[in-house]
Amino acid sequence: MTDPILDVRNVSKSFGALKASDDISLNLVPGEIHALIGPNGAGKSTLIKQIAGGLKADSGEVWFDGEDVTHKTTVARARLGLGRTFQVSSLAMDYTVAQNVVLGALGHRGKIGLKGFFRPAMKDKALLEVAHDALAQVGLEEFANAITSELSHGQRRQLEVAVALTLSPKVFLMDEPMAGLGAEGSQRLTGFLDQLRHKAPILLVEHDMDAVFSLADRISVLVYGEIVATGTVDEIRSNPIVRTAYLGEDDAQ
Amino acid sequence: MRKETILNACVLLGLLAVPLWALSVDEPFIITLATKAVIFAIAGVGLNFALGLGGLVSLGHAAFFGIGGYTMGILASHAQNYAPLMEWPLVIEGTKSMPVIWLFAVLFSSLFALVIGALSLRTSGVYFIMITLAFGQMLFFFMISWPAYGGEDGLVIYVRNGFPGLNTLDPIQFFGICFALLCIVLFLVSRMARSSFGLALSGARQNEERMQAVGMVPYRLYLIAFTISGAITGLSGALFADLNRFVSPTMFSWQTSGEIMIFIILGGTGRLFGPVVGAAVFILLEHMLGGLSEFWHVYLGAILLGVVLFARGGLIQLVAGREVAHD
Amino acid sequence: MSLVLLIEQVLNGLQFGVMLFLMAAGLTLIFGVMGLINLAHGSFYMIGAFAAAATAAATGSFLLALAASLVAAAVAGAIVEMTVIRRLYNRDHLDQVLATFALILIFSEGTRWLVGSFPLFLDIPDYLAGPISLPFGIQYPQYRLAIIAVGLVVAGGLFALIAKTRIGIQIRAGESDREMIAALGVDISKLYTFVFALGAALAGIAGALIGAIQSVQVGMGEPVLILAFVVIVIGGIGSIKGALLGALLVGLTDTLAGFLLPTAFGLVMDPASAASVGSSLASMSIYILMAGVLLFRPTGLFGSS
Repeated sequence: MTDPILDVRNVSKSFGALKASDDISLNLVPGEIHALIGPNGAGKSTLIKQIAGGLKADSGEVWFDGEDVTHKTTVARARLGLGRTFQVSSLAMDYTVAQNVVLGALGHRGKIGLKGFFRPAMKDKALLEVAHDALAQVGLEEFANAITSELSHGQRRQLEVAVALTLSPKVFLMDEPMAGLGAEGSQRLTGFLDQLRHKAPILLVEHDMDAVFSLADRISVLVYGEIVATGTVDEIRSNPIVRTAYLGEDDAQ
Repeated sequence: MRKETILNACVLLGLLAVPLWALSVDEPFIITLATKAVIFAIAGVGLNFALGLGGLVSLGHAAFFGIGGYTMGILASHAQNYAPLMEWPLVIEGTKSMPVIWLFAVLFSSLFALVIGALSLRTSGVYFIMITLAFGQMLFFFMISWPAYGGEDGLVIYVRNGFPGLNTLDPIQFFGICFALLCIVLFLVSRMARSSFGLALSGARQNEERMQAVGMVPYRLYLIAFTISGAITGLSGALFADLNRFVSPTMFSWQTSGEIMIFIILGGTGRLFGPVVGAAVFILLEHMLGGLSEFWHVYLGAILLGVVLFARGGLIQLVAGREVAHD
Repeated sequence: MSLVLLIEQVLNGLQFGVMLFLMAAGLTLIFGVMGLINLAHGSFYMIGAFAAAATAAATGSFLLALAASLVAAAVAGAIVEMTVIRRLYNRDHLDQVLATFALILIFSEGTRWLVGSFPLFLDIPDYLAGPISLPFGIQYPQYRLAIIAVGLVVAGGLFALIAKTRIGIQIRAGESDREMIAALGVDISKLYTFVFALGAALAGIAGALIGAIQSVQVGMGEPVLILAFVVIVIGGIGSIKGALLGALLVGLTDTLAGFLLPTAFGLVMDPASAASVGSSLASMSIYILMAGVLLFRPTGLFGSS
């Protein structure tokens, strides 16, 4: 197996008496989609925050692209190439779709520079090119001038992905991108993510089992803060611990 | 053309037309009122850069208004007393040249804004509002107890400072200077608002988490905005001091901070011309209502309350409709 | 500089601190429970003082005057809450600042309109006038000692209210989760009106007590209000414990700095310069204290982030 680009080593985090993350280890190798599944309250969001940078682990390390980023800020990790989409869409709601994506392009550029104080951002050819490219990839080009707050839920998810794309990230952390999408939207996004893995590997937190089983190269199962199993789709499907802890309950749906 | 742009043009023309008309009917007092409105507008444009664009509710912006004013007061008083500020290690004389005074006013208010901002922006929300208020108060009390420059009584500058080639004592010429400065400030602010910096700043106001996720640090954006904002308000302070030929610690007071905010709210936060409209309306109210009653602040309070509760977008929204996202 | 003088100044600082606590407690409660910044709090201080002065002039009784200050401020608070404040709970802080600033304008100028600009006087009652003998040969004004006592009693009462009564539980619950207590059937609007009126009453009695030492005039509330803000920022917004500690810190710092700094500078400068430099620094001392605290604890000593 090639060197993992994202390596979470023995990460633990407690909130008082509650052990939200219990000695968690997992990694992400180039070209793969590694899905993280688990019942609600298992600690998936807490883990994502520790990887992306909003929360400091009590112990353990997070390694990204050969560097120890455990003590780095969210911004620093984003600059190193950690792209992220949020479980609850986190966008600049008053801005147009284009403005949100240009923000991403601007972040990728890294510097504002003196000219950046006087030249109109939305006329900057370089920024617009990156922005339109990203919008085209997710299929939101016609909505470039729509106000973000007026977008449908599914469109906002697409926009989140577009912004993440502008960063040319080395890794995607996606927190429930399918949430709230209808059947058609989920299918489209599934197809999109399938292609995306070749640009950069994806750590995919999801509840949508159809998507997970069709996309994932590996699946890790998180229950009560612990990884109880990691393996391929077939391995996880037939794993008895997983069946009872998670899939068994879901079968009733 | 957008409604708002037309409105802005009308406001600017109106602001120019009124004093010109006053000149023709020989009412210099009205020219002075218009000058006051223009100066207050600059102060408001300064605050609005941090508040409207950046979402930074600074309740202590009078600090910069006062610093600009006192920079003028200190430089001019040393000049008029023929006493240098400093003799060792350098000889620093006072000056009564406006451009030089403005340079220093902007310099010092930027410096103070940088320091106050660096400290205050470590907090957020309610804490930020209160710490900015407190810094304003700190400077207010300092100035009151510093006897060298008048203390509580303030400083009188006998003759208006000079501008090369113009007779600054002539009301219409001084108005012209202030109006030109307002136009320059509006132009610069409008460019900055549409720039990459402005896009990022407003983005941070809307969603800090999003900015961090794209690799930008909100604190830095806010600090730059706060500094620029302080510089602009500082310039207006120097102009105000020149208008009245008087500086006093009240320039630092929380009431002054509140007034600057009122200009912005009356006109509309986050709108380029919000402070301009607001300042003009404020001067109008002060003149008209003030003539009716000594207690006109009661009416001002009622109007302000009404605007906040029922017409939150200010006058510009009432006339030109909701804000359009920048293209 | 004698020990006697120092102890007197410490007592003055405590008295100042206790008064600040009464203002700050109301402010911090209102913010903690309702999430509202209330700039008009100084107006209740003023209303309490005016009510006390009027009642004392009419009845000659200081105790009645104090009672009147509590009632007047509480009633004013309740009315303001029901008419204006209620509409601000869901607004952002800027709107709250502006609306309550507007209230200051209305109250201050309105009072000046009704009563005029000349200060009223509230006299210290005869039974509290004059000094009391303390250890170390100190003669300290009885009234100021009484203020400290009253302040501590009120503080104790407030702590008991919050910790031991049903309303106190509702207040504490409301501070942690506003939506939850509404869902649990607590009458939110009554609770909020109560909390606001309680805060106003505390400000009112502070105004009355101080009104006897200083004068009763329009605009007396705002300087105290701003200091109260400094107090709750230092103590942590929403924490009554923090308000008490912050208030005592601020009271002592301000008083002792005003007393010690000019003297300290007098050791190295001439008396005139020492006095001016010393008092300039002293007046800034609390703000320096606040900036210092915030550098290490951006949400104050007991605040939650």
